[in-house]
Amino acid sequence: MNLGQLILEALESLNSNKLRSGLTILGIVIGVAAVIAMLGVGQGASNSITNQINSMGTNLLFVQRNFGQRGQTNPKPLTFADATALADPSQAPDVAQVSPVINGNANLTAAGATYSSEATGINANYPAMRNYTLSDGSFFTANQITGRSAVCVIGAGVATNLFNTTNGLVGQVIRMNKVPFTIIGVLNSVGGGGFGSADNIFLIPFTTAQVYLNSRNPQQVGQILVQATSANTVTAASDEVTAILRSRHKITTATNDFNVLSQASFVTSATAITGTFTIFLGGVAGISLLVGGIGIMNIMLVSVTERTREIGLRKAIGARKRDILVQFLTESALLSLLGGLIGIALGYIIAGVIGRIATAAGTAITPAVGIDSILIATLFSTAIGVFFGLYPANRAAGLEPVEALRYE
Amino acid sequence: MEDFVISVKDLCKIYKMGEIEVTALCGVSFEIQRGEILSIMGPSGSGKSTLMNMLGCLDRPTSGEYILDGEPVAKLNDDQLASIRNRKVGFVFQSFNLLHRASALANVELPLRYGGVNHDRTKRAREALEAVGLGDRIHHRPFELSGGEQQRVAIARALVNNPAILMADEPTGNLDSKSGKEIMEIILNLNRERKMTTIIVTHDPNIAAQTGRVLHLRDGALEAVL
Repeated sequence: MNLGQLILEALESLNSNKLRSGLTILGIVIGVAAVIAMLGVGQGASNSITNQINSMGTNLLFVQRNFGQRGQTNPKPLTFADATALADPSQAPDVAQVSPVINGNANLTAAGATYSSEATGINANYPAMRNYTLSDGSFFTANQITGRSAVCVIGAGVATNLFNTTNGLVGQVIRMNKVPFTIIGVLNSVGGGGFGSADNIFLIPFTTAQVYLNSRNPQQVGQILVQATSANTVTAASDEVTAILRSRHKITTATNDFNVLSQASFVTSATAITGTFTIFLGGVAGISLLVGGIGIMNIMLVSVTERTREIGLRKAIGARKRDILVQFLTESALLSLLGGLIGIALGYIIAGVIGRIATAAGTAITPAVGIDSILIATLFSTAIGVFFGLYPANRAAGLEPVEALRYE
Repeated sequence: MEDFVISVKDLCKIYKMGEIEVTALCGVSFEIQRGEILSIMGPSGSGKSTLMNMLGCLDRPTSGEYILDGEPVAKLNDDQLASIRNRKVGFVFQSFNLLHRASALANVELPLRYGGVNHDRTKRAREALEAVGLGDRIHHRPFELSGGEQQRVAIARALVNNPAILMADEPTGNLDSKSGKEIMEIILNLNRERKMTTIIVTHDPNIAAQTGRVLHLRDGALEAVL
């Protein structure tokens, strides 16, 4: 018998017991849909986090102090002088730009509204390094930076939280820890993300931050942002930064009192985390697929028992073992294939719904259901049908014709 | 020279029920000529079903020889037996045993499909149905047909491969007397016109009386040939 006839006959047989076939298919549908949805959401979350990390800028290194590690002797904080040293092209030829940063808690009030944020004291080159763009106003001028001006550039999140708008805010005043700052610019929104809102930004001139955020140790900096000359020199730049800082902090054999993180390392660790989640969720979903497979086996066993006489008749008129085996395997494979196809569609929809819910909740996730996961789901569900159909089909094929014909 | 389509010698069948051996059939020998029509009779437990299963190649004898249409079949394996059944034996059962989901035509085509016949399959199945007078109902399904019509589909299915023998097990047992008569008519006609070798297993002496010879079985042995 050719394949077309086999499939036609199997469909007829499945069609003759619609409710039962439908329920069996449902088991596979749920399993496949769960797997597809989980993989899609996991991949979407991973993409979203990676995009967000990439949107922080290009070829960046984040240098932070790292105290309290074993093997450190006399750890020193990062200073403004460290940052200046890193910008020396003769010692660090692969470093393009350096920006020292001071961070501090900022209790913001304006027009009666209060909002807690983090203030960041920056130099003139920082906005370009972080790919910040303005929707309104301008960034700090050199005079404002050297002159310790009480001016600020705010992110869309801060603007919305304090003023319920991002328009027409230039010239308005925000009080940071009771000190008034005049808004000179508003950043474009970059959308939400996994690390809280990326729009929750309050920028002030570096010198101003030295006074208001870091008055006790004005030469210390919270972080040094380093940009490598190109994507290929990120590792070299990282090595140069490490060497310079080790020599400046007089570290010979001890452990570093700072660490240098690249965007790539963020991406790697974020991908590792989301990957683990995806595998975990996919695995849980896979269990339901397995349960669906057992459902197929159960139904096929019932079907074989019910159709014992039919099997006997088929054998009496010349069906070989193989013919019967293939007949029942085709049925179970079709059950799971149909379930798989419906499951893929349903999983796609579920992933979309989850993405919408997540976006509405402030975390933008665009579920990514790839061709590979669709292919894998189709193959895997069919394989499940064949695997769990094998035992019932074998049982049918092994029936003695005489016994089978006598079966009531 | 005589042309035997079936030649049975010292056929024995012993079933093992756990420790106990039950002899269902022993020392049965006979020949059937090509084109003959005969019936097998006997009380229940006489071994008639066992003999029919053996002759129809549904089961293997424990010992003895069985030559069907020139081929010794007593020692064949399952798949070889399936092939012999497909090519050389046509079955008609008491309870018709049609596939409910399939049309009359598809039911009749089934042996051709298992036999790997792709050429002219529908034409041959249609001809077989016409031969039993069902040419106008080939697309009906079994539940849309009367008992007599269903049995005629079963006969068409048995004929479609031009088998060497037609095995009918109580072919009229589930039918009213009128349909039963019609079915016997068809079987007798096939024997007369096509020289189809036919074996009918029956309880009914009236049916046995219409066949050329009657094999009487009792307690697993051939009691008389009339």
